[in-house]
Amino acid sequence: MPAFFKRRDLGFALLTGGVGLCLVLLVLAIAFELVRQSQLSIAKFGLSFWTNSVWDPVSGEFGAKPFIWGTMYSSVLALLVASPISLGIAMFLSELCPARLRTPLVFLTELLAAIPSIVYGLWGIFVLVPAVRAVQTHFPEFLRQLPFFTGPRAGIGMMSAVLILAVMVIPFTSAVAREVLKAVPVAQREAAYALGATQWEAIKAALFYARTGIIGAIMLGFGRALGETMAVTMVIGNNPQISLSLFQPQYTMAAVLANEFTEAADELYLHALIEVGLVLFLITLLVNSASRLLIWSMNRPQAARKVTTTELPVGEAA
Amino acid sequence: MNWDAYRRLKSTAIVWLCGLSVLIALVPLGFILFFVFSQGLLSLNFAFFTSLPAPVGETGGGMANSIIGTLILIGIGALFAIPIGVISGVYAAEFAGTKLATAVQFAADTLNGVPSIVIGIFVYGVAVLPFKQFNAFAGGLALGIMMIPIITRTTEELLKLVPVSLREGALALGATRGRATLTVVLPAAAPGIITGIVLALARIAGETAPLLFTAFNNRFLSMRLDQPISSLTVQVFTYAISPYQDWHRQAWAGALVLVTLVLVCSMLARLATRRLERLQTGQ
Repeated sequence: MPAFFKRRDLGFALLTGGVGLCLVLLVLAIAFELVRQSQLSIAKFGLSFWTNSVWDPVSGEFGAKPFIWGTMYSSVLALLVASPISLGIAMFLSELCPARLRTPLVFLTELLAAIPSIVYGLWGIFVLVPAVRAVQTHFPEFLRQLPFFTGPRAGIGMMSAVLILAVMVIPFTSAVAREVLKAVPVAQREAAYALGATQWEAIKAALFYARTGIIGAIMLGFGRALGETMAVTMVIGNNPQISLSLFQPQYTMAAVLANEFTEAADELYLHALIEVGLVLFLITLLVNSASRLLIWSMNRPQAARKVTTTELPVGEAA
Repeated sequence: MNWDAYRRLKSTAIVWLCGLSVLIALVPLGFILFFVFSQGLLSLNFAFFTSLPAPVGETGGGMANSIIGTLILIGIGALFAIPIGVISGVYAAEFAGTKLATAVQFAADTLNGVPSIVIGIFVYGVAVLPFKQFNAFAGGLALGIMMIPIITRTTEELLKLVPVSLREGALALGATRGRATLTVVLPAAAPGIITGIVLALARIAGETAPLLFTAFNNRFLSMRLDQPISSLTVQVFTYAISPYQDWHRQAWAGALVLVTLVLVCSMLARLATRRLERLQTGQ
């Protein structure tokens, strides 16, 4: 009889483990498929694919540099806007907020993450872009000399993309940062107060204690911003050029895929596009793994509260 | 004294700045909801739910085909994502600490971080290219792949919340580990898991990027899995970037339907969670 039970249990482990293994295989399959489908482009362009800035489907010359630039530049700028705000939200909701306000405010910030990307894009085209255009037309002329503000005043362009990305990243970064701050032992704060610290000085101590996790939260937001497709595609202007200017229309990796994939007429073109996807995959993989490592390392000593990066922030409701 | 006053002032200022940052985040939310509801309600009518898209140049028409298409796509995705997600979540929770469980967690997190457009490329390679035809099945597959990691992690988290005493009770009665999980632990966590799944479905219903080159789009009502199929999100995208006023109107109506879906699901989940929390603290 015991042997029978044992065997049953082995069956349970094998069945669930087998399905779990599928998940691991799926990730490997995605990587494999991306490489396999882009081999023509990889073989033809090699590493120059990363550094060439010509994207010319007609003559069959493909370089992804403008797209890599657009993705990185828009995401970094979005982080610069979103991170301080996200940290402010996290501090307010975890330390300062009256208990009665907390649940509704958490719910509302989570809603920002729940709104579909396409709705952000629609709103971006018809509301944000005209607003940005108005700001740009009234932009002080002497500042237009700076490399950040040259170019057309079209509204469509880097500035709109950065703003929309920042809004979309805030809920993710703030949710993780909030969890990380929650994991800081109360003793840490009490010690600060016992030494006569003000509220801010106590929070500063908590922030310092949680610094790895906070950096992890910001990097998680970075990962989100890198892969964001629809909203950015609709407002960034889709023009492959490398420019520091916030006024210039530019292009991102995700956007070129969304726009050109169904139009790729010949095989090399298609392979080049898929290689763009591969580059995007590799960069997000790197950023997300680093962010997860930081959040995990922050949380290991506590073990009681565990922050996962998956179902946040709405999943927190679950 | 002066130094103290400065410190107190600084602290108060930063507390207010933190409060302000919450407001800053809520302003775009308010704006988006305001525009989606005001523009959407103006454009939403009965025909939107019952008619097919009107030909270019004609006003009117609706998105009946897209609504049905979205439901079909989500259905296909859920069909395989729910079992795979739940079972792998059970494994990650029950065998936590083993190498494979860690690998499953890592894979779920990685999969969750893969940009949705890249998932679209993957599915294009495995389910569109071989058939030389955009098809509904591929779209469902892409959505399902996006659902799996969310369901896996939700299941895992919720199983870990089930009190150990419940499991120990089952084991003490002679149940094997698998039986204890299936008949005691999983049912205890079921309401939460179902809530998580509903949220995942609502979230995935709003995805556009993975459908662009898997399910593609279809101006007609199609229920065939081997043919391109329309979806609300792709249809909204097509309309939004078109030059026609009437199509913009339809796009807002579509956005309203999407946002309402997400809002209702989030609120239901919120209510369900609150009841669960009350149950747990009551125990």
